Amino acid sequence: MVIATYSILAILALIIFSIFAKGIKALSWEILTQVPKGGYYYGKGGGILNAILGSLSLASGATFLAFIIGLPVALYINVFLIRQKKVVILIRFILDLVWGIPSIVYGAFGFSMMIFLGIQTSLLAGMLTVTLFILPIMIRSMDEILRTVPIGLSEAAYSLGSNKSELAFKIFTRQTVSGIITAILLSFGRAIGDAASVLFTAGYTDNLPNSLMEPVATLPLSIFFQLSSPVPAVQDRAYASALVLTIIILLVSLFSRGLGKRYHKTKINF
Amino acid sequence: MEPTSKIHIENLNVFAGKQQILNDINIEIPRNKITVIMGPSGCGKTTLLKCMNRLTDLYPELKVTGKVIINNKNVLDASEDIVKLRQYMGLLSQRPYPLPMNIYNNIAFGMKLKDVKKRRDLHKQVVHYLQQANLWDEVKNRLREPASRLSIGQQQRLCLARGLAVNPEIILADEPTSALDPISSQYIEEKFVELKNDYTIVLVTHILRQARRIADYVVFMYLGEVIEQGTVDEVFEHPRMEKTRQYLGGTFN
Repeated sequence: MVIATYSILAILALIIFSIFAKGIKALSWEILTQVPKGGYYYGKGGGILNAILGSLSLASGATFLAFIIGLPVALYINVFLIRQKKVVILIRFILDLVWGIPSIVYGAFGFSMMIFLGIQTSLLAGMLTVTLFILPIMIRSMDEILRTVPIGLSEAAYSLGSNKSELAFKIFTRQTVSGIITAILLSFGRAIGDAASVLFTAGYTDNLPNSLMEPVATLPLSIFFQLSSPVPAVQDRAYASALVLTIIILLVSLFSRGLGKRYHKTKINF
Repeated sequence: MEPTSKIHIENLNVFAGKQQILNDINIEIPRNKITVIMGPSGCGKTTLLKCMNRLTDLYPELKVTGKVIINNKNVLDASEDIVKLRQYMGLLSQRPYPLPMNIYNNIAFGMKLKDVKKRRDLHKQVVHYLQQANLWDEVKNRLREPASRLSIGQQQRLCLARGLAVNPEIILADEPTSALDPISSQYIEEKFVELKNDYTIVLVTHILRQARRIADYVVFMYLGEVIEQGTVDEVFEHPRMEKTRQYLGGTFN
C-alpha cells in the first residue's frame, strides 16, 4: 500500500513537473496573445490565443447549456420524484452509465447528428456535443448536493404553504448554492479538457472564434497538433499550451474547492 | 363530528412496508385547546402528527389509510389541494430548520406565497410576528442577516413566528423544546398557553412534566396504538389503563 501510494504520487508529480519544466521555457507573452502565423507548426512565430479563447468560449457555452438543462432535471429528481424511489434509482443508474461513456463516442454521435442536420464543424456543433458529454456530470453532481438538503427543511417549506416548484427553486437552490457552483465548475473543468468530443465537431482553425457557425480551435487539439510537429521548438510550445490548460483547470478546481469549503461551513452552522 | 373538535381522526393506519406503525387511530382533537400526544420513543407520535398535514407524502415507504378531517375536508384524500390545506397548519419541528435566507424573508416567505402584499404591509406583519414570538428586540438590527446565524433557541422562535405569519388555525408541534435550553423551552410553553385562545395546538412530547403543565387534553400512545385519551385530569389522576399507569409512574418496560 505504501509503495502503491507513493509511486502513484511520484508519477503524478512527475507529469505536472514535466509540463511545468518543458512548458515554462516556451511560455511567452507572444504565445498567450497571438494567433498562429503561417508556418507556426513548423517553428514560425505566433501563439495559441485562438485555442485559449476557443476553449474558453466553447466550454463556457457548453457549461451554461448543461446548467440550464441540468438544474431542472436535478431538482425534479429530488423534489418531484421523491415518492418514486425506483424511478429515481433508475435515472441515477442511467446517468452514471452515460457518465462513463468515453467522450469519443459523444464526438461520433455529435458528428452523425451534424450530418443528419446538415451542420458543419463549428463552435455550435462542438458546444452542443460537449453539452451532451458534461450533462451527466452536471446533473449527478448537482443531484448529490441536492440530496443533502434535510427533509426537515422540505417539511418546513411545505408547512408554510409552498408547492413543489417553490420548494425546488426558492429553497433547494438557495440551500445548496455553493454546491451548485461547485458542480458547474467541475463540469467546466471536464468540458475544457476534453479533446475527443470536439475533434470532429468543433474542428480547428487558426482564427479567433467569431461565429457560432464557424470552426473553433481548442487547447487539447492545439496541444495535439503542436506535439505532432517534427520541430522540437513547436513540441515545447505544446507543453506551454498544456501548462495554460493545466493552470486554467487548477484555478477552476481551487475556486470550486474554496466554495465547497464555504458550503460545508454554512451547512453545519446550526 | 362534534362541533367542538377541530381535527377528527378516523381509522388511521400507517404502514412502512409490512410493519404497521399506526394501528387504527381514532382521535378527536378539541378546538382552542392544547392536545398533548405523549408516549415512549418510537410509538408513532411523530408519524401521527405528520399525517395531519400529510407530510407523510415525503416518505415514500409510508402507506397511509383512513381519514384526517379538518374543516370538513379529508387531508388524506389525494384529490384535496394539500398545499392549501397545509396553510391551515403551522409546524414546529424538533429542530429548527430556518429557511436559507435572511431573518426578514424567513417570516415573509410564507406570506408572500399566500398572497402578494404591499411592501409596507409586509414589513408591518413581519415586525408583528417577530414581536409575537418575542424575538423582535433581539433581531431588529439584523433583519438582513442569514437566519442560520441565530442561536438555536432564537431559530426555534423564528420558526414559530414564520408559522404564525401564514395565519394558520392549528399549530402542530413535534417535541419543539427538545433541542432548547430551559429558558427557551419555558418561553415556548408559555407562548402555547397564550396562543390556545386563537389556535388549536397539537403538541407531541415525551416530557411528562411538560404534558402535565400545559395540556388540556392528553392522548397516550404505545407501539402505534392509542392506549388512552381524555382530559389532563382524567389521564393523569385517574388513568384507566394499566399501561398508562405504568408509564406515568415510571415503571414502564
